Amino acid sequence: MTRLLDSPPSLGALPHVTAEFISVIDRAALVGRGGAAFPTAVKWRAVAQRSRGNAVVVVNGAEGEPKSLKDRLLMTTRPHLILDGAVIAARVLRAHRVILYLGERHDAARAAMHNALTQRSEPECRVVSVAAAPARYVAGAEGAAIHFLNAGVATPTTIPPFAFEKGVSGAPTLVQNVETLARIALIARGMPADSVLVTLAGGVARPGVFELPTGTTIGEAVRRAGGMPETPRAILVGGYFGSWMRPEEAMPLPLDHRAHLGCGVIGVLPSSRCPVCETAGIMRYLASESSAQCGPCFFGLRALADACTRIAEAASDGHDINRLQRWAADVAGRGACKHPDGAVKFLSSALEVFATEFAHHSHAMRLIA
Amino acid sequence: MTNSFLWYTTRGAGAVTLLLLSCVVVLGILSTRRVQGRAWPRFLTNGLHRNLALMTLVFLALHVVTAVVDPFTNLGWAAALIPFSSYYRTFWLGLGVISFELLLAIVLTSLVRGFLGHRAWRLIHWMTYASWPVAVIHGLGAGTDTWSAWMLAISAACVAGVGVAIAVRVTASSTDPLAVERMIFRAAVGRREAR
Amino acid sequence: MKERVSLVVDRIRCDGRGVCAELLPELIRLDDWGYPILTPGPVPDQLLALARRAVDDCPVMALAMRQSYRRQ
Repeated sequence: MTRLLDSPPSLGALPHVTAEFISVIDRAALVGRGGAAFPTAVKWRAVAQRSRGNAVVVVNGAEGEPKSLKDRLLMTTRPHLILDGAVIAARVLRAHRVILYLGERHDAARAAMHNALTQRSEPECRVVSVAAAPARYVAGAEGAAIHFLNAGVATPTTIPPFAFEKGVSGAPTLVQNVETLARIALIARGMPADSVLVTLAGGVARPGVFELPTGTTIGEAVRRAGGMPETPRAILVGGYFGSWMRPEEAMPLPLDHRAHLGCGVIGVLPSSRCPVCETAGIMRYLASESSAQCGPCFFGLRALADACTRIAEAASDGHDINRLQRWAADVAGRGACKHPDGAVKFLSSALEVFATEFAHHSHAMRLIA
Repeated sequence: MTNSFLWYTTRGAGAVTLLLLSCVVVLGILSTRRVQGRAWPRFLTNGLHRNLALMTLVFLALHVVTAVVDPFTNLGWAAALIPFSSYYRTFWLGLGVISFELLLAIVLTSLVRGFLGHRAWRLIHWMTYASWPVAVIHGLGAGTDTWSAWMLAISAACVAGVGVAIAVRVTASSTDPLAVERMIFRAAVGRREAR
Repeated sequence: MKERVSLVVDRIRCDGRGVCAELLPELIRLDDWGYPILTPGPVPDQLLALARRAVDDCPVMALAMRQSYRRQ
């Protein structure tokens, strides 16, 4: 019963849509699939109200989350669905430009989208431009995408102004994830679009992308991915900006973008892997992905990552956990974008779920090498 | 008021203006270096920089007004406002007018920088590096005391002080701890040629 | 409706000069790396003048006052 991955490659002619379509999206309760789970109808309404025929639609296929594969898969296998959604958005919002913002390293996805574009006949598709999103974590964020299109650099900017007020070339702009647009294409044709696209990673037998009915639990998703060869220590729900959960807490939870699913990555941590080392590695990655525009983010995440690494290597002086808690409280909310917030949320969940391991590593005596 | 009183005031005010302006420039550069000590908080550098700049304008006004109203000089107001329009030492006085007007622009824009925005304000403020040397050259060329010991000493001290400060500004690395990292990241996420 | 003002900082423009924390230590303290942590909430009346001075004196114009209206 998958909606997206099993749909025909092309669903035929586009249905006629008016501004009324926003109410249809509202009734479908569609939320964005890029990670923030923002109500799509609210976003569209905000742009529609301000558009004077000059709106811009940005199709966000950057997929900066390293473990996420769903956007790439959709772009490669169902590019027409995504383009349908983009054209519908352009018509409803009275946009005069559509821009495809595709990850520069996603070669198959880029080729498929380019190819599909040449097969389209809509007038909107003749003025579609394609931009190569840099392969960095923050480059897929809304503000960074707009800044790249305006100024050639994919760094996050201060908000306000919001995208729906002043985005690309100062015009009201809609930045929408490719999966969300694909679902729009189904909704516009009266077809049901309620399913969940997740990427299973880590300690599962068959990691990859799965489309599952709404309401599927995390446990069922893991079973669909072939189950877990090893006993799990924890489940990371929502990718690097998500939260660690104990398996017994995570398994019964129904997949829900608004609650916890974020960009749709579910990572299983087997018991044989050290959770402190995993956490430290991810914190080092997130710290290195700071755009170095705000002091608290750049220095704070680096300090947090260094402290985690010290604990992981049993080289801590015993005060690092206190430092982690203090710095985490200091850093959250003090950047221009949500990057430090996501990292702190991730770390806080690790400190809670892996409290025993962190304490143990923190006080471990360093044995003779 | 005797003629010579106005004349002495013009020359004295001119010297003081040069001294103050040089201090202002040095303080401005110290501000970018984030100078701080136990007895010298950072707001002192900024505060002194602004207050001395306003004082500079006061002495500059005194210098200009006394020069124009002095019956001995035969300078009209036009000479004080339009560069190179005086008969007396046309070139050197003209430089003074230019320096004065640049300074006026810099101070006025600073007073309204909330409305101007940071980028426009910064751009205009860079003209300081034009205003100061022009003022020095004006002093050397238009001044009648240039070769007197005290004026030479003052001029030398001002040039030395500002010279050192500018050298530091130009050669020392940025005090912004994020400058290098920001540049590296921007290069990594910049638009590249189509592949 | 009572008009309240609060301080906001442009995080990208701020580069940790620290002038604001010197002028308004009651509401602004510096983190371990020299960047300002603002006490949330409106500026108390007796500190308004100092807050305005801190806003004016920021060398990079990163600090600003924002008006918020208390809802009845």
